[in-house]
Amino acid sequence: MRASLFGQKIKVKQPLGTKTSHVVRFAGDSGDGIQLQGQQFTVASALAGHDLATLPDFPAEIRAPAGTRYGVSAFQIQFGGERITTPGDAPDVLIAFNPAALVVNLDTLAPHSLVVVDESAFSAQRLKRADLASNPLDDGTLDHHEVVRIDISHMTIEAVKPHGLGTKDSLRCKNFWALGLVLWMFDQPREPTQTWIKSKFGNNEQVRDANLTALDAGHAYGETAELSHILDQERIPEAPLDAVEYRTITGAESLALGLVAAGELADTELMFCSYPITPASSLLHNLVGLEDAGVATFQAEDEIAAVCAAIGSSYAGKLGVTSSSGPGIALKAEAIGLGVATELPLIVVNSQRAGPSTGMPTKTEQSDLYQAVYGRNGDTPLPVVATRSPADCFDAAIEAVRIALRHMTPVILLTDGYIANASELWPLPDLETYPDIETRRPTTEDSGSVFQRNPATLARLWAAPGDERFVHRIGGIEKDIDSGNISYDAANHQSMTNLRTGKIASVADFIDPQTIDQGHTSGLAVVAWGSTYGTIFKAVKDALIAGLNVAHIHIRHISPLPPNLAELLADFDTVLIPELNNGQLATLIRDRLCIPVQQLNKVTGQPLTVTEVRAAIELYATRQEQSAG
Amino acid sequence: MNALTFKDFATDQEVRWCPGCGDYAILKSVQRALADDGADPANTVFVSGIGCSSRLPYYIETYGFHTIHGRAPAFATGVKLANPELDVWVVTGDGDGLSIGGNHLLHALRRNINLNVLLFNNEIYGLTKGQYSPTSRPGTNSPSSPAGSVESPIAPGRFALGAGATFFARCVDIDQKGMPGLFNAAKDHPGTAFVEILQNCIVYNKDVFDDVVAKKNAPDNQILVQHGKPLLYGKENDKGLMLNTKTLQLEPVVLGTDGVSLNDIQVHDETNPTLAQILVDMGPGAPTAMGVIHRRTAPVFDQQFWGIRPKARKQQVNSLLRTGNLLDRR
Repeated sequence: MRASLFGQKIKVKQPLGTKTSHVVRFAGDSGDGIQLQGQQFTVASALAGHDLATLPDFPAEIRAPAGTRYGVSAFQIQFGGERITTPGDAPDVLIAFNPAALVVNLDTLAPHSLVVVDESAFSAQRLKRADLASNPLDDGTLDHHEVVRIDISHMTIEAVKPHGLGTKDSLRCKNFWALGLVLWMFDQPREPTQTWIKSKFGNNEQVRDANLTALDAGHAYGETAELSHILDQERIPEAPLDAVEYRTITGAESLALGLVAAGELADTELMFCSYPITPASSLLHNLVGLEDAGVATFQAEDEIAAVCAAIGSSYAGKLGVTSSSGPGIALKAEAIGLGVATELPLIVVNSQRAGPSTGMPTKTEQSDLYQAVYGRNGDTPLPVVATRSPADCFDAAIEAVRIALRHMTPVILLTDGYIANASELWPLPDLETYPDIETRRPTTEDSGSVFQRNPATLARLWAAPGDERFVHRIGGIEKDIDSGNISYDAANHQSMTNLRTGKIASVADFIDPQTIDQGHTSGLAVVAWGSTYGTIFKAVKDALIAGLNVAHIHIRHISPLPPNLAELLADFDTVLIPELNNGQLATLIRDRLCIPVQQLNKVTGQPLTVTEVRAAIELYATRQEQSAG
Repeated sequence: MNALTFKDFATDQEVRWCPGCGDYAILKSVQRALADDGADPANTVFVSGIGCSSRLPYYIETYGFHTIHGRAPAFATGVKLANPELDVWVVTGDGDGLSIGGNHLLHALRRNINLNVLLFNNEIYGLTKGQYSPTSRPGTNSPSSPAGSVESPIAPGRFALGAGATFFARCVDIDQKGMPGLFNAAKDHPGTAFVEILQNCIVYNKDVFDDVVAKKNAPDNQILVQHGKPLLYGKENDKGLMLNTKTLQLEPVVLGTDGVSLNDIQVHDETNPTLAQILVDMGPGAPTAMGVIHRRTAPVFDQQFWGIRPKARKQQVNSLLRTGNLLDRR
């Protein structure tokens, strides 16, 4: 081994040694297998008993030019022996495969972080590709961090030599070499990665064995003397978890499972009709793998066809589901209006991304709330439900389907690019404990008009072709409130508009009352929705420990709002709404509840940080008075 | 169960097309086709878009869905995939099907999903009061083209065949005798069956097809093609179409003139897409082809779709959740 690997004597034991959780960021070219490395590390963390949250952060380009700053792909994970709800504000370990991956992530690092670099990637040519005039390993850039230089490329090539791969293919194993090293650093198991490699490369023994060797070599490198005098192996305590089964889950996986679970609860088959779009396509990919669980997937010719086919499916008796991101949802708007007019169940999933227009497809945002609540022609209300975390997508999907089938209406389910790709540790639910989802399918006793309504939900009957008792026509032209026939009658249109409004308002009669997620019942209420949940949870938790008078209220039901929300908020002095948009829930709350609210808004394409939310809390919250007891 | 007559396929709704509109005869023919075929109203669905033609589902006593402009093929695709047992019809017009909805029609045809598409072509926008359509002839005077339209029209047949249609037929709205049989041929075709109906908009494009349809013109300007039979037409059935192998065009000829005999006349082969292309592309001086111009068998999308998928739920979610890498803290 080369003596120069370690440079001068480095003290890195302390920054890693005193913590119960860590934030690790893997970064490299978009073709370096960074996301895979992160996913494998995530599974290993979970099996080691750690709670965790991840943040994949990748460019829109599939294979951006190697070594460029804009081509850097990164994966961040926070894991540890305590409750983890965010991927972490600032990494304390950065694994950088090239100069660009190092420099674009420098600003995010915590002070005195551990930076592991592939030293061989810092050639003059690669530095130039990253727009660097000097080598950051030598020019003092990293003076405040602990740097471990390893010639990862060279070590990988040496390690996999026995397998006879060419240089290029050998280098493709370096992500597993580095993963082996990082797994050693945190004493996490290699077995899940080994299993994955074996199943992925099962029919290419050479590649399979080379990758297994690289993984072991990186691990052995840490274990043998090479690193032990610089770096202690970390043994992070296990997280305080409940006595149930857990797995890691991404939002897209969880949402897919939630949809098929809802189908099972409703004893209904699903037709998922969509058109590829970032970051929503992963939902399609996951559902394709669940086709033996009561869903069929149809890739339509465009966004409009996708929603139309979904509505057609619902008309024919299978619950139609469509999915897209903001631009695609815009295209679907007219058809969603038809779904409202014809009172058919439909689930519209929006994996939000940064807009307007094409915006930043791989970057997250919460800026389609107006679109969901207001974005249709005519007075066309529909329920809007939001997910709060990757695992929560499961319950949110079930809730959306429950509402759609109970009230015979399209429902918009808001998630976002962050939730779709991020993962967390999930205590597995037991579907047996979920109440069945009731539908308005006609029973054997029913007859007459499909427009006979349940008085509580105002839902009509869901009769489908094939049933000779209910042969009927529906359409987008206003219909007579009793017969369902075409009607241009003035008073009837007023009645139908009132009915549609009342029907969606009645959703509020069935949803759970809003609760306070944590904190006090007065003072500052931090009210939020969607993927900011984990960050706000942590910020409020810290603020409560620091003695601030604050509460966290996270809203699932965007429209209609929970009926007790006004009453709940009335006891607070200040309402603060942090959002990844320019203030859309803030507008809605002002509009619906007529109360003043403060805003914290961020639209950088990145999630909120705990630090940012905490700073806003400090601005508005009061200290708790010391209690006499 | 079926002793239903065409009247049983009429709804109680008042038909609201202009007096004299060609749609009335088409409606009757559809109802008659359903009765003739012993169709089951409960298993029949008419899906339409927007426009005069798209009102048709309201008048047929089957299941029906009047949707949004141009998207009927997409809705119908969803209906058919959700329940392939249903007999699904799409009713559309030249604006609905070939302008705003051209994309969906293209993809339905390309997939060859088992739908029956009736396209009412009147070469004008009727319901929006008479603007030129994508099938309007150059020079069409309309409220949006007072100086005459300058756009090149699309021929529905050329469009359909270009998209890979496996069934293309054409008829005229006054052919009440022929339409029911043709509609049932479409219904019987596995795959997307596309029927262009030349339809007279009596208000905004009156008699635009007179050169083909009018009684005095019909015999010499229409040819009813029949599979395996020579392409003959004319009042005396003495005119025919002969393939010019240099121009690759079918040329009108008269039997007994210039040495033309029956052997020189092209025999119709409905399975030949090249012949179909030539038949829908015949220029001035040639008759307009009617009947089943093209019909061939090809894989049917809804059958293929369900052929590679489980048809019913086999897995329970609780067991799906508990696969892969689990951390068991029980």
